[in-house]
Amino acid sequence: MSEHIASKKTYIVVWASLMCLTAATAGASYLELGHFNIVLALLIATCKATLVALIFMGVKYISQKMTWVVIVAGLFWLFILISLSMTDYISRSWR
Amino acid sequence: MSDSSPTLAAHQPGLQHHFATMEQQTDASVMGMWVFLVTEIMFFGGMFVGYMIYRYMYYGPWLEGSQHMDFWWGTINTAVLLCSSLTMALGVRASQLGQRRMLVTFLLITILFGLGFLGIKSIEYHGHWVDGQFPGANFRFSGPNPAQVELFFSFYWAMTGFHALHVLIGIGLVTYVVYRSWKGAYGPDYHNPVENVGLYWHFVDIVWIYLYPLLYLISHKHLSG
Repeated sequence: MSEHIASKKTYIVVWASLMCLTAATAGASYLELGHFNIVLALLIATCKATLVALIFMGVKYISQKMTWVVIVAGLFWLFILISLSMTDYISRSWR
Repeated sequence: MSDSSPTLAAHQPGLQHHFATMEQQTDASVMGMWVFLVTEIMFFGGMFVGYMIYRYMYYGPWLEGSQHMDFWWGTINTAVLLCSSLTMALGVRASQLGQRRMLVTFLLITILFGLGFLGIKSIEYHGHWVDGQFPGANFRFSGPNPAQVELFFSFYWAMTGFHALHVLIGIGLVTYVVYRSWKGAYGPDYHNPVENVGLYWHFVDIVWIYLYPLLYLISHKHLSG
């Protein structure tokens, strides 16, 4: 068995970072940044999601390549769904 | 005649017969779990894109609806779920190391955090219900664009509702794994169910990580109370 076991410290550091990022996103919502409010909020959320996926879900330690293919395919599908839907709706008012 | 197969006699107790090795079995199972999680991405992805399109079309009503979210309950619930993910990760680690007592303890704490999340969510739901913020015949809103604000609340209830359902299912799955762990079913050689339930739990956490800013933090103008 070549399973990776992360240290307790790794998990606690990741958790502390997630809590700090939550405080950061809550604080950032009080700033007046116009359209960048949502950009910043989603940026922080993506950082948090990446941390959870890489360390807590162990994506960083997955050795099976097919699992990588599955994950990347899922994210690529989500990218297609969001980008094609939004470019459609946003460009409808362009005449 | 029945003793003539040495490969069957020597295998580990957790190994199912259609796999050659434990490693192959675990890899296949984890990949299967990820295939399921991708279908979950598709399930929630549809609602997220619907949210984004209507947010783009009706930004004002979205802003209005968001100001009726309870900023502090939402923030606290985010922290509660992140804590539950930590204890879940530590539980999976304990199963990898064969620490049965630690495994059971961490999973039980995870369940408590999950129940805490649902408790806070039901306080919020009750408030929205009493204030007439559930879409349908009882929906009350006196400001401009009531139909679009109602649409925001439809997305709010559907997205957080399906998320809460996932937390509830997660609690059920963790409860089953706690029972099996207590019976000593998992150890360093075989703990794949713990791992897969962990993946599910963390995935549900990630969904909330996006729901929190999208629903609660649209504007800095949070209503007090």
